[in-house]
Amino acid sequence: MGKKILIVDDEPNIVMTLEYTFKKQDFEVFIARDGSEALQILETNAPDVVLLDIMMPNVDGYQTLNYIKKKDSLKNTKVVFLTAKNKASDIEKGLKLGADKYLTKPFSVKKIVSEINELLD
Amino acid sequence: MSNYSLIIIIILYLSVLFYIAYLAEKKAKSKWINNPYIYSLSLAVYCSAWTYYGSVGIAANSGISFLTIYLGPVIAVPLWIVVLRKIIRISKQHKISSIADFISLRYGNNRFLGALITIICAFGTVPYISLQLKAVSETFEIMTEKSNYVSTSILGDSTFYIALLLAIFATFFGTQTTDASEKHKGIVASVAFESILKLVFFLIIGVYVTYFLFDGTEDIYNKISQTENFENLIKLNGLEEGFNWFFMIMLSFMAIFLLPRQFQVSVLENNREKHLKKAIWLFPLYLLLFNLFVIFIGWAGKLSFSREVNGEYFALLLPLQNNNIFLALLVFLGGFSAVISMVVVSTLALSTMVSNNLIIPYGFLDKFVKNHPEKNAFYIKSIRRISIFSIIVLAYGFYYNFSIELPLISIGLISFVIISQLAPSFFIGLFWNRGSSKGAIIGIIIGFLITSYTLILPFSIEAFTGSNSFTQNGLFGITSLKPYALFGIDFLNPHSHAFLWSLTSNTLCYLIFSLTSKGDYRERNYAEMFVDSSNYSSLQDSALVWKGEAYVADIKNVLNKFLGEKHTQRALNIFFTKYKLPQDTQMADARLINFSEKLLTGSIGSASAKILIASVIKEEEISLIEVLKILEESKETNARNKLLREKSKQLISLTNQLKQANEDLRTKDKQKDEFLDTVAHELKTPITGIRAATELLIDENGEMPNEIKEQFLKNMLQDSDRLSRLINDILDFEKLSTGRQTLNLELNSIKKTIKHAINSVQHIASNKEITIINDNLVDFQFHYDEDRILQVLTNLLSNSIKFTEPKKGKIIVEYKMINNFIEIYVIDNGKVIPEEDFDYIFDKFYQSMNQNTIKPEGSGLGLAISKQIIEQHSGKIWAKRGNKSGATFVFKLPFN
Repeated sequence: MGKKILIVDDEPNIVMTLEYTFKKQDFEVFIARDGSEALQILETNAPDVVLLDIMMPNVDGYQTLNYIKKKDSLKNTKVVFLTAKNKASDIEKGLKLGADKYLTKPFSVKKIVSEINELLD
Repeated sequence: MSNYSLIIIIILYLSVLFYIAYLAEKKAKSKWINNPYIYSLSLAVYCSAWTYYGSVGIAANSGISFLTIYLGPVIAVPLWIVVLRKIIRISKQHKISSIADFISLRYGNNRFLGALITIICAFGTVPYISLQLKAVSETFEIMTEKSNYVSTSILGDSTFYIALLLAIFATFFGTQTTDASEKHKGIVASVAFESILKLVFFLIIGVYVTYFLFDGTEDIYNKISQTENFENLIKLNGLEEGFNWFFMIMLSFMAIFLLPRQFQVSVLENNREKHLKKAIWLFPLYLLLFNLFVIFIGWAGKLSFSREVNGEYFALLLPLQNNNIFLALLVFLGGFSAVISMVVVSTLALSTMVSNNLIIPYGFLDKFVKNHPEKNAFYIKSIRRISIFSIIVLAYGFYYNFSIELPLISIGLISFVIISQLAPSFFIGLFWNRGSSKGAIIGIIIGFLITSYTLILPFSIEAFTGSNSFTQNGLFGITSLKPYALFGIDFLNPHSHAFLWSLTSNTLCYLIFSLTSKGDYRERNYAEMFVDSSNYSSLQDSALVWKGEAYVADIKNVLNKFLGEKHTQRALNIFFTKYKLPQDTQMADARLINFSEKLLTGSIGSASAKILIASVIKEEEISLIEVLKILEESKETNARNKLLREKSKQLISLTNQLKQANEDLRTKDKQKDEFLDTVAHELKTPITGIRAATELLIDENGEMPNEIKEQFLKNMLQDSDRLSRLINDILDFEKLSTGRQTLNLELNSIKKTIKHAINSVQHIASNKEITIINDNLVDFQFHYDEDRILQVLTNLLSNSIKFTEPKKGKIIVEYKMINNFIEIYVIDNGKVIPEEDFDYIFDKFYQSMNQNTIKPEGSGLGLAISKQIIEQHSGKIWAKRGNKSGATFVFKLPFN
């Protein structure tokens, strides 16, 4: 069975492109439309990687990352921020909170794939 | 009563007075001497023999008009708290020793003015003293029953010896120190004692006459009312008499301030300012008591004696007629007390003026400079002693030669009119800093000349020649120059008439010459200090103008001559300590010169002090312009300091404002950053979608299933629409918020506009099966920008559709007119707006957490833009709070 990826983003059009991409890469793809949905999925699943947007309604990306960091069952789960926030201070903050990678929107699909693969190898 | 026993009683009485004065001098610090009662009683020196005998005479002959002389002071007394306090303060600060000193200092130590005032005071006082001597002499005669007796030789006249005794008394207690500004506690204490005696004795005789000789006041009134001419005694005779009253009251009003003896007791002998507070009710009370029985004694005398008897001595004659020698003796002693206090205080005051303002500055200064201090002190005292004797002898001479024929009241009033000539320079000078010495001198001279012509001259001519042709025909027979009726004013009595003319011309001269001539710098300095006496000390230090070169050693030399080395050194030490100067200061400044002048003023008068000090310093001429500049500068400095303080206050508040503005700017800047961030985020989102989908479509062209390809293309279209909508909204918002968007106000129908808006969203609503209703029947037509209002309505309707559940949804649009505003409601039955959102929903990019989890279509600017549009229409938009279900948005637009 392939690797598991959780895509957390509130923009359906963006999610659609990522879902298509990672399914083609033989990932098992979970989708959450905001942080609270992500937390529900993470309650029972431990994906290898979470692709996480930051600016979302209800529970945002930072809170979701915090949750992952605290949960024992998720200690092997890598977290990659994928967000439009591209200021240096934002990137620094994201990495400091414990994200493994910080990728910015708009993105190149190929770049995302190679970054994720590199992270998981 | 025999001649000799009366003389023995007089000598005994004088000894008692000597003893009291001696005790008071010895225990000068005792509270028996330094209290407001002594002060108030000493003021009663005002009540002289004139009051004691003269008033009764007037009451008998012309009724109640004697009261005017006491009404003036009673009116003046309340003013003391302000005016007299100011005078006392200035006098103490400058060691003033007489009214001549006071006035001449106000006009810059003017030597001539001081001398002039001294002469005026001498003219006013000497006849007045002679009047007192006349009273003594005449009452002495009455007591010893030698009626109409006048000794042919002076040496045989007992009055002469009494006068000499008084001179000795005044000399002994009046010249204890060389410094005339020192208090004379012995004299004041004896005056207070005499004031008690004269009042008590007068009340006793009043009670005796009214209740023992007659059956009380009513009895006297009933009897006198049956005599002829009674009406004239108790009422004013028309307007003309009213004028006389008015002028007499004014005259005595001035006299209470200006008479040298009053100035002496009320100002110079004042120990504490607070004594004034008691005096302002005690003194009027004293006057009231004194006048209580005057009218009844007068009427009783009139009823008891024939017309030929002099009414002035009724108080003495009534007990004598009834063989009550003891009571007569009391009256005599009371009158004698009034005489002694008046003569002693007047002589003292006048002698100080004569020595300090006339003799020393005009003749003895050169001598003083060369002498030793002890010798100087001896000279100064001698000059004063000789002055006292001369004045009393002069007064006796006047009495002996002139006043035997004249009634007391005439001489008294002439004195008042003469003294009143000081009024303009005294009163106006206190409150008007433009008053100049030239004005004062010319005013006093003119006033005195007119008094001489209208009062003194005709009086003297009549007294000497017994002819009244001068008063009847006027000078050279010119009617308008009649001395008692100048220019046809013939309805006043001679004193009021003289007072009116002399004082009017005096005042006019004073004002005119003060306005047309400016005094020199010295004068202006003192004028400023007198007028603004509350600021005195600061003025003295800062505004005292002096330029030149002076050595402390030279000044010390002069001071030594008068004060002695010990006293001088002590005074200088105090001065240096006060102004924080080193004890070995070499060069004298303006303050030291001023201080030294003050030190000398008490001994030799202000004019002499100025001359003496000026002789050892090299003063440079200062032009008036320079003085004005210096004075103005000190004023300006004050003004500038005030301005500076205000400016610094303003600066502080400005700084605070700046801080606030800076804070606001920073907040705005932060908001701007946040706005840009949000805009960037919102723009990036659709671009990201388009970017990713495009990449996939290109790379996976072959492998991608068709339906996915189609979905991606649809998404790209949607994102592109979203992007362009967003850009339009951002530009819109920007235009509205910077005010670059102007409204296109036209007359529109609100019903039509709403219909239009509903139509534009109808298809989205239909898709969700939501109904939108407007069933207003009335239409309102008013001015608004239809496109913009349409935009607002569309936005509100879209929101409602967005937050309303499909199929069940219902949206109502309605409007009504309230208070000249059209209120438009958009009501739906969708989600309730959460309480925490109300404050923010109209903010840009605020998107409720409450909306569907699927990303809403909006740019996040809809309500923010709507708010801008409505506010630009001078309207208001808000969401209704407290809805149980659904949301209600309201906006209102002005109807006209």
